[in-house]
Order: sequence, then structure tokens, then C-alpha cells
Amino acid sequence: MAKKKKVTKKKVTKKKATKKKVAKKKVTKKKVAKKKATKKKVAKKKATKKKVAKKKATKKKVAKKKSSKKKALPINLKKQLHDSILELIRVTSTVIPNDVQKVILEALEREKKGTTAEYAMKIIEANIKLAKNKSQPMCQDTGTILFFVEHPAGFHQNDFKKVVNKAVVEATKKGYLRQNSVDTLTGANNTMNLGPGHPSFHFHEHGKKSIDVKLMLKGGGCENVGAQYSLPHVPLDAGRDLDGVRKVILEAIVKAQGKGCGPGVLGITIGGDRGAGYVDSKEQLLRKLDDHSPIKELADLEKDIVETANKLGIGPMGFGGKTTLLGCKIGVLNRLPASYFVSISYMCWAFRRQGINLGPKNEIKKWLY
Amino acid sequence: MKRLDYPFNEEKVRELKVGDMVIISGKLFTGRDAIHKYLHDGNPSPVDLKNQIIYHCGPVVLEEKDGYRVVAAGPTTSIREEPYQWEVMRDHGIVGVIGKGGMGPKTLKGCQEYGCVYFHAIGGAAQVLAEKIKSVDNVYLKEKFGSPEAIWELTVDEFPCVVTMDSHGNSLHEKVEGESSEILKTLI
Ligand code: SF4
Repeated sequence: MAKKKKVTKKKVTKKKATKKKVAKKKVTKKKVAKKKATKKKVAKKKATKKKVAKKKATKKKVAKKKSSKKKALPINLKKQLHDSILELIRVTSTVIPNDVQKVILEALEREKKGTTAEYAMKIIEANIKLAKNKSQPMCQDTGTILFFVEHPAGFHQNDFKKVVNKAVVEATKKGYLRQNSVDTLTGANNTMNLGPGHPSFHFHEHGKKSIDVKLMLKGGGCENVGAQYSLPHVPLDAGRDLDGVRKVILEAIVKAQGKGCGPGVLGITIGGDRGAGYVDSKEQLLRKLDDHSPIKELADLEKDIVETANKLGIGPMGFGGKTTLLGCKIGVLNRLPASYFVSISYMCWAFRRQGINLGPKNEIKKWLY
Repeated sequence: MKRLDYPFNEEKVRELKVGDMVIISGKLFTGRDAIHKYLHDGNPSPVDLKNQIIYHCGPVVLEEKDGYRVVAAGPTTSIREEPYQWEVMRDHGIVGVIGKGGMGPKTLKGCQEYGCVYFHAIGGAAQVLAEKIKSVDNVYLKEKFGSPEAIWELTVDEFPCVVTMDSHGNSLHEKVEGESSEILKTLI
């Protein structure tokens, strides 16, 4: 609370200062004049003007809000945002996040020497190094471009999207992204990665002042092996409880085999409607691999799924082996009494997600993974 | 580790067995969804594919002053070509398919009948695999289908893969799928 007060006080003083300047320039005077004739006279004298300013704080607030609404992002801020997003795309496409790298190296250790599973993990490891050193995409399918943006109130989503779209085009020209967006009906590739739904934006307002931009590049191969179950699922005798949830998840892993470039990570959401479930299952993949669900039952299930999956013998690329799954993140949404969905997003080993915290000039202040 | 060197032929690929780690040197032709559908529809191939290997890949290719440069070239999921692949073996005489994720019974039968092998490359290993590409020799149907879906004619050196479907009716995918499904029953 104290902090908030301070902030508002500051704001008021700031406004006073601007008002002063403006008064000097005799611009806003006119507005005030219309409303209070006597003030016009007073306004001419700088000293009394101050007093008026104090009394009319609320009016000024409104005025300021109006004027800021009209203001677009200044050119230099736009340029900096463009550059920050371009760098975010470059790093996401070419450098594996630390938490993912760690579990991949563990998997390499685990596989038996001389097997095709070990061979696959070795090539994956070499690929990660090479991509970083050459600053080139670690996988040629640079995926669906998903932005998750957490922003303060009053943030201009459309302005932001315009700048980001330009950065996406630039990243495509530089080869950080493949020409990866086609018209669904005609199959035509517009070569810029732009079009209905591309890139994909998810905005969330948060209480903080700063902006966090997270980016996920999700390949088609692993997206194709995602699955959604509606419980009860009779073929597996999977009912509307966590045991039923467990059954369908394990079946989805067996169905995916090596097709999604395993070993991979699952993002899962229980509940919601079909749409919300899938969106949230992707957001589960934004969690760090070493965290666990705050809900005990789900944390236990996350652990159990990874351990059980690794007993299936599917292995890297489906060659057979000990590592089938690198991680599992499960979230939950409310549902209708009539529905019980389990939505499963599969992320391949080339788990490309990064995030940045933007500073006041839209510069990259902090990397989030 | 086994080697398969250009020019390829049926006899050479018939020697390969499921589980072999193979290093391929020579020519590869990329081809994925659009091309397979195009050939299936009865269109003629813009290049002779007899005794060649098709690579299921949509590479990232940059156009530079002195020609094309492949910056990423990993395999794409093969199963999408399951309806068409056997036909391409029969009508165009290919002796190898490189991809990822494996293919189904139609392709396995085609491999047996027409003398062809399915090589599994390491999915997502775009940089390691791009390094093995020594030159981009030609490109076909790029205007029509866009860069990832075009046929890129590439020369590769020591391209690493694993035979997961051979020309004798064996499929590693069938085996692992069968075994893991059995294990699943004991775990749920
Ligand atoms: S599933 Fe992932 S690693 Fe495999 S090709 Fe697609 S994006 Fe690349």
C-alpha cells in the first residue's frame, strides 16, 4: 500500500511539472478556461496556476489518459522492441534452454553404449552444440510461432503485434525461421510466416509494470502426435479420476512412439473445454522442467508418468531404449459437470522456448530460461 | 557401422538389415507431402528418380550470391506419405527412403516387392545433417510448392541413419510398437 501511495504521489508531482510546462506554452489553458472563467485570469499568473493544478488533479488525470491513448509507440522504442524480439527469436531457434539441455545429457548417459538409442542421443547432443555455435536453427521445422505476453494494464496489443510481425519477417529472411506458413486451402506459402493465426499471440494482463515475452517454437511432427481424450474412455476402461487420466496419457505416449522426435516432454491439462484445454496444455510447457505442480496429486502423477513411460522401451526416435520421456507437466482447469477432457501436447526433444523481460526502453533486461 | 555409396542400386540395399547403422554418401532428392501427392496424381517427375533415394525433408535454404546454401535439413515425419510411397517405389524405381518416425505396412510391402529400404535419420538434427550436405545441385518445382516442399537435389557425404525397415519384410517400428503395447497392458 505504502508503495502504491508513493507512486501516485510521484505521478501527481510529475503531472504538476508537465502542467507547469504546458501552462507556459499556453496550450491546455484554453481547456481550463472554458470550464472556469475566473481561472483564466489566475492562470496568467504562474504562482496561482500551481494551486489550480493541485485542486484539479483528477481533471488532469483524465486529460493525460486521453493524450496517452492517442500516442503511438515512439519510433526508437519500436525499433528497440523489434530488435529485442528478433534476438528472442534467434536465441529460441538456435539455443536449447538450460533446463532442457540438462535432461538431454542425463538421457544420453542413461542409454546403453553402442545401441542405436545412444547413437541417436549423441547426434542430438552434437546438433545442439552445432546450432548454438553456428547460430542456426537446431531443427529445420521452426514450428508454430507462439508468443505468450504478460503485460501491464493499458498495453497496446495491436501496436505490439505489428512490431513483432516485422521481427518475424526479418527472422525469416535471416534464416532463423523457415518459410513455414501456408494457406490451408490452397497450400500456397506466403514465405513470411504471416497469415491468419500466424504467428499466434496469447496475451495476459498482470499486475506488474514490466512486460514479459515468452516464445515457443512448436514443430509440426510433435504437434501431430498430441491427443485429446474425453473421459470416460471405454476402450481403456479409463474413468473420470486421476487413474483414468493416467491411462489415457500412457496410451497417448505409446501411440506417439518415435513420431514426435522423442524423447519428448508432455504438457497436459485436465478439464476445461476442448479449446481451453489444448491452449493450457501448451502453457504447461512454459514451466521449467525441474519444477513440479503445486497440487500434490498432480505432482505425483507428473513423476509417475515419466517413470512409467521410461519403462515402455520406446526409446529415442522409437529405436527402443530407456528414455522415452524427458518430462511431464500437468495442469488443471475447471470443467462442466458433463465434460472431462484430458488434453495432451507433445514437445519434441528440440524443445524451443525462451522468454525475455523487457526494460523501460524495450531492451532485453533479463532472459527467463 | 555400414556404408552405402553412390551410385545406389537394388542389390546394395537388399544387403541392409533392420538395426544397421548406415552412413550414406552420394545423391539425395528431398520430397515431402506436396511432391508425393503430385506424383500420386499421375504427374511426371521433373527428374529421373530411378535408383535414387528420396529424403523426407523440408530444408531451410538461403539464396545467396553464389547459389543456394542449406542451413537446416533434418527429416520430416514419414507416415504422411504412407498412402503414396509404395507407388513411388513401383513407378519411379527409388531404392531408398530417408525420413523419421517410420512407415506402415503398405510401404513395408513395397520395400519387399520393389527392393527399397527405409532409413531413419535423427529427427530434429538439422544442423548435424546439414553439415553432411556438400552441395545443392538443383531444385525442382520450387515455384509451384515453395521452398520446403520443392525437390532439392543434394550431394551428401557420410549422412548418418539407421535402417528401421528393410527389404525383407522386417520393421523395427512394428517390433517396438508391438512390444511397448504389450508392456503398456501390464502398467495400466
Ligand atoms: S518434431 Fe521437433 S525435432 Fe522433430 S522435426 Fe519436428 S520440430 Fe524438429
